[in-house]
Amino acid sequence: MLKEALIDKLDYEELSNCMRCGFCQPACPTFRETGYEAASPRGRIALMKAVADGVMQPDQDFVDQMNLCLGCRACEPVCPAGVPYGQLIEQTREAIEEVQEHPTWVKAVRKLAFTHLFPRQDRLYRLGSMLRFYQRSGMQKAVRKLGVLRILPKQLGEMEAIMPDASGKGITQYLGATVIPAVGERKLRVGMFHGCIMDVLFNETNLNTVRLLTEAGCEVVIAQGQVCCGALHAHSGEREEARNLARKNVEAFSKAEVEVIVSNAGGCGALLKEYDHLLENDPQWHEKAKWFSSRVKDISELLVEMVEPDTWAALPESKRITYQSSCHLRNGMKVTKEPVNLLQSIPNATYVPLREGDRCCGSAGIYNLVQPEMAGNLLDEKMGHVAATQADILVTSNPGCLLQMKAGIKRAGLEGQMEAVHIVDLLAGVRRKNGTSSDLRA
Amino acid sequence: MLPEHIRSELRAIVGEKHCLDRQEALVAYSYDATPMQQSLPDVVVMPQSTEEVQQIMRVAAKHQIPIVTRGAGSNLCAGTIPVGGGIVLVLNRMNQIVEIDEQNLTITVQPGVRTADIHQAVEAHGLFYPPDPGSMVISTIGGNIALNSGGLRGLKYGTTKDYVLGLEAVLPNGEIIRTGGKLMKDVAGYDLTKLLVGSEGTLAIITQAILKLIPKPQTQRVMLAMYADMSQAARSVSDIIANRIIPGTLEFLDQGTIRVVEDFKQIGLPTDVAAILLIGQDGEAETVDRDIDKISAICKKNDAVQIKVATTPEEADEVMTARRSALAALSRMRPTTILEDATVPRAQIAPMVAAIQEITERYGLHICTFGHAGDGNLHPTCMTDARNHEEIERVEDAFAEIFQAAIDLGGTITGEHGVGIVKAPYLEWKVGAAGIEVMKGIKQAFDPHNLLNPGKMFAKETRNRVVVNRA
Repeated sequence: MLKEALIDKLDYEELSNCMRCGFCQPACPTFRETGYEAASPRGRIALMKAVADGVMQPDQDFVDQMNLCLGCRACEPVCPAGVPYGQLIEQTREAIEEVQEHPTWVKAVRKLAFTHLFPRQDRLYRLGSMLRFYQRSGMQKAVRKLGVLRILPKQLGEMEAIMPDASGKGITQYLGATVIPAVGERKLRVGMFHGCIMDVLFNETNLNTVRLLTEAGCEVVIAQGQVCCGALHAHSGEREEARNLARKNVEAFSKAEVEVIVSNAGGCGALLKEYDHLLENDPQWHEKAKWFSSRVKDISELLVEMVEPDTWAALPESKRITYQSSCHLRNGMKVTKEPVNLLQSIPNATYVPLREGDRCCGSAGIYNLVQPEMAGNLLDEKMGHVAATQADILVTSNPGCLLQMKAGIKRAGLEGQMEAVHIVDLLAGVRRKNGTSSDLRA
Repeated sequence: MLPEHIRSELRAIVGEKHCLDRQEALVAYSYDATPMQQSLPDVVVMPQSTEEVQQIMRVAAKHQIPIVTRGAGSNLCAGTIPVGGGIVLVLNRMNQIVEIDEQNLTITVQPGVRTADIHQAVEAHGLFYPPDPGSMVISTIGGNIALNSGGLRGLKYGTTKDYVLGLEAVLPNGEIIRTGGKLMKDVAGYDLTKLLVGSEGTLAIITQAILKLIPKPQTQRVMLAMYADMSQAARSVSDIIANRIIPGTLEFLDQGTIRVVEDFKQIGLPTDVAAILLIGQDGEAETVDRDIDKISAICKKNDAVQIKVATTPEEADEVMTARRSALAALSRMRPTTILEDATVPRAQIAPMVAAIQEITERYGLHICTFGHAGDGNLHPTCMTDARNHEEIERVEDAFAEIFQAAIDLGGTITGEHGVGIVKAPYLEWKVGAAGIEVMKGIKQAFDPHNLLNPGKMFAKETRNRVVVNRA
């Protein structure tokens, strides 16, 4: 069953392109952690090919090995043959999902999350309201006091502890507008991708994104009808649902007639940029998807292009800043220098490179919940390097990484010495020397 | 499949976690970086000490089970394919740098240390370990020693064999031998150190090595010279050396490779030139500057159409891009990339490249050549598709002719990749029947029951086919 599904889904041409040179291995977190060939990209590709060639039957070990992959795609930039490993692992997971029999409760949770929650922004806002009530009403305090968290799995408890303040309103409801004019002369019409969870848990970051963009001369359009990007779906083997979401987003942004589509979350941005691949077998949508993908940019790319580096205002006091790169921003969107350039252009900030800042932090979507042991090991290693920077501020550019870094700071006992911040929030706090500021909340 | 009692003996030595016999592990250790070669082991064992290796060897000897030792599996001669099944002995858990001795300028390492990690560790002390095989970011030092690996600095600094001072190894009977040591002079008996270097895991299992270090060169500079004619490039190489300059790097790309690289990277290489030389020098700043000036003059005299000397680190990086991108650019063209390594005396490079071109055209194949011009080690690289059996047969025949051409020019069938499975049928062409007999005698002395890496180095029957079995 699984064998047939894999043969059907896997791109055999790309499997054959793997030269087995092994250059991917030093970049792979799970290989470094375990030392097992099968836990490396070369090994996983060999397993996929062995199934396709009939050398092995895909058993539970095969499935486990595929699930152990973080999907960080650190192997892609170092691959001489340019094998798109990220696509191969998604195809494999799609095949696994197609045939896998989950226990009833897992099925229910997956259905709830992937079909009824992430794709439905209205429900996420309602959930946000409930969470906000939980956080504000004193219930959270009570729960923490009673030690209820101790009965949760350790990882869930850790996540609860660093949960940001939720919001029941999205960016559009907050601003009461879908088109926000540029401050000063309009240079570009930009469509803002607000994300699903991002718009509930990181509303402030979305608001700051609009601020930075409008102050940089962008007219910002919050395209109506946009939905979750589908990254969590694609990574969990729900590629068909991801395609449905992609079509809705492509539709929404093409209607909005924007020149650029901007994302402030590396995880979303990478999939948005690959909608053309996701929809390549859909003749009706492929061309439109290409239009969409070619316009996607990360906020840091746009800011580097549009803002003179010497116009950022100084931090009130001097700080050491380090940067944990988001895997999908780096390996999916190929954005590496821009965030660092931005940090280096802030006066009063000393940028300190993070050793192995290009390595996955272990967050990887919901990986830290489903593979807590591996995720925990990776996080501990990461925090060792973070502590060595002696930075005051640890910057990331993806919500999942940000939460993981917050959890890591707690776990490593660095609270009070260091805070984790999304790059957008840091820059919005700094703003610009002579730019007219825009108070959007008024 | 090995009987359960043998597997449980192995598990008792290394622990449950480090003895793998499930399907997924067997598949994962059934290949290395050699195209079209694969064979499943019966069990994968990952020891962490010499004593564990010794115990595993004793179990294997007792039950007559073949052992293939493996590091990163990055070799290109199918040297780590377990053709006869048995045990794959993975040494990447033995990855400790035991000691850096600044008094004696040596480093003592376990076999699983990555070559790039050795570079990093010694350079932090202002020291230098010159061998730099192309795969050094993943390759392990044990594999480098077993295959006597080369690299870009072979001309000036030599290869792995020139840096191995002493070894600890487990023999097929379970005894441990220690050869050489932290000394430069040692003529006590046969040189077993040199014998084990390049023995491809057929004589003993290397469990520790003492390597020679040298002071780190102060500076490094690079340049590119482009030629309309291959013979002008070859003459430049000879002239540089005839002028008593030994460059640290002297690399070569042929026209086919240049076109593919330019197509892939768009770095502004002229695609109508026949050859590019990448030349680097390292050492004292003054000497390096003087050598680079002299080399430029020699290249000009030999009608180089364009010369690019890097003056900043950024420019140096740009210049290096051409050579660095060669394999990536070539490997993206077709699904299967066969990277070979015929080697000739460096004065014969031009005729060798011409021979490769002629053979390529005659067989209607796509073979580009790049490699180490300074030491005559060329990498004719064939872009093909393993699924096209008819084409693969032509590839085999073409490579057979290429190896014959190399031997005819006074060269050899492999300069740095090793014999393994893929070159075994040609070994006799190079060393002769008497040479083979002596080598087999040595094998017999070390490993009378043929337990270590069987099926490698010596072809079972005379078969002059390499690349794939014609089953």
